[in-house]
Amino acid sequence: MKRRFPLLLTFLVFGYAFLYGPILSLIVYSFNESRLVTVWAGFSTKWYGELLQNDQLLGAAWLSVKIAASTATGAVILGTLAAMALVRFRRFRGRGSLQVMVTAPLVMPEVIIGLSLLLLFVAMQETIGWPSGRGQTTITIAHMTFAMAYVTVIVQSRLAHMDQSLEEAALDLGARPVKVFFTITLPLIAPALMAGWLLAFTLSLDDLVVASFVSGPGATTLPMVVYSSVRLGVSPEINALATIIVLCVSVAVLIAGILLYRQEKRAQREQNMLNATQAADVAERAQASR
Amino acid sequence: MKRFPFTAWDAGRRAMPLLSRLKGRGLIIGVPWFWLGLFFLLPFLFVLKISLAEPALAQPPYTDLIEVIGDGLVSISLNFGNYVLLWDDPLYRGALFGSIQIAAVSTLVCLLLGYPMAYAIARAPSHWRLPLLMLVILPFWTSFLIRVYAWIGILKGNGLLNNFLLWTGLIDQPLEILHTPLAVYIGIVYSYLPFVVLPLYATLIRLDLTLLEAAADLGCRPWKQFLLITLPLSLPGVIAGGMLVFIPVVGEFVIPDLLGGPDTLMIGKLMWTEFFSNKDWPLASSLAAVLLVVLIVPFVALRHFEQKAGEEQP
Repeated sequence: MKRRFPLLLTFLVFGYAFLYGPILSLIVYSFNESRLVTVWAGFSTKWYGELLQNDQLLGAAWLSVKIAASTATGAVILGTLAAMALVRFRRFRGRGSLQVMVTAPLVMPEVIIGLSLLLLFVAMQETIGWPSGRGQTTITIAHMTFAMAYVTVIVQSRLAHMDQSLEEAALDLGARPVKVFFTITLPLIAPALMAGWLLAFTLSLDDLVVASFVSGPGATTLPMVVYSSVRLGVSPEINALATIIVLCVSVAVLIAGILLYRQEKRAQREQNMLNATQAADVAERAQASR
Repeated sequence: MKRFPFTAWDAGRRAMPLLSRLKGRGLIIGVPWFWLGLFFLLPFLFVLKISLAEPALAQPPYTDLIEVIGDGLVSISLNFGNYVLLWDDPLYRGALFGSIQIAAVSTLVCLLLGYPMAYAIARAPSHWRLPLLMLVILPFWTSFLIRVYAWIGILKGNGLLNNFLLWTGLIDQPLEILHTPLAVYIGIVYSYLPFVVLPLYATLIRLDLTLLEAAADLGCRPWKQFLLITLPLSLPGVIAGGMLVFIPVVGEFVIPDLLGGPDTLMIGKLMWTEFFSNKDWPLASSLAAVLLVVLIVPFVALRHFEQKAGEEQP
């Protein structure tokens, strides 16, 4: 095992270089003076300044953030419900179909999701008059639909590994299920909800294909602006934007990771203390009986 | 004497959580089910319906399948022409088989690169595993579009890679990589690599190491141990990870559009063109319907093996 370790290490270094090299090149060249992205002409932050002047881009970014925030909130609610149904209710009608419907959006090509939802929205508008026109609402609905699948997977694994005896104890002591859910289940699965919210937020913020299909005139999201400018060629402004996005995401994931790690540690410590008190209890009783 | 009403009250109190649990149960199952049924399942029926219509200069740009032609007479016209066209026209057939081929090759490359990474993470000291996994997941959180865009700057004629190779003297003419199938493969493998590492890690970390020890004690060589024990036991992870790449890549649009050339035809890109440039909604729908049918088999394989592979999502 030890003999093979250098080989494995090489694979790891190579793999991470492959994953991070391109991102690093974006960040480095966002500080390039020259408009030609690949020719280094000295350090400059002027592209960040120009980014702040770009009203079209800023407007699209604000719209994307609004859509992403409502998508994430809705997806966490729907995804948690789906996860509860799948983990807690072993048998019910429609379980199989629910399971397929929450897995399928994870892999379904975006072009299919986008086109099919657009056709649905058009048909709905013709028959019931809602949604009237397409834009922010239709994009949010579309994003919620595929983002909830990711939330379901995350919450599902947390619920499956959760100690259910706490809930049972509270129910036995007469607490109502709703209260048990809000005071016991929810705090216990909170890290998963936070991770799910963040993932849904970034998925929505990042989506080009689905939004392009279900959007209408007047609703241009950030990826749509980025896409149309990228099609024209490489631009240092997009590099600056990429750097900001990478920075925000890394900070958010880092904070979430630290919080998660701390909670795990605390849970472990509490478990250890519980074990210790139980051991002390047993020892005391043993002594008393003697 | 007082005992009887008291217990009845007590029983009623105890039955209450059960009742509200029943009421809540219906909502907990019903709300996500109806949401997905309405916004995920039902739209596919519309795809099928529109794929049988004909394009029209109208808003929305397709004909109605069912027309009332007076006197309670209803005319139903189904147009299978789109499907005939998809099969007869070498452009569409080529795009379909081309997409499957590109997806299959890049899935294989992802597995070949991802397996050693997942193996190395699973065998790393335990306090290293979480940070290493986080580092695999992190790029997945940053914008997909921007990560694909990064490769334009690297691969183009006067890009970073060519500049570097020219500087080292390995080549004296810039290589033409951008807008070729190679660029598409690089972009796909780069974007989808995390999807294979995670399920592979999940199966490899659960591997019973005593099996390997037993094999080693009985004189089995490391490579034979890997081929006879590790690889077969991690097969569910290999298939789940492979399908997590293969299925979305068959319909990929952004990567072939930004990195590929005019000759890299993929079905997702073709659908986009038919829909946005040619405004042929029925043809785009029939492409989507064919894509759906093609993806059913790999999807069933994924469903079957992902339960064995455990939780593969970050």
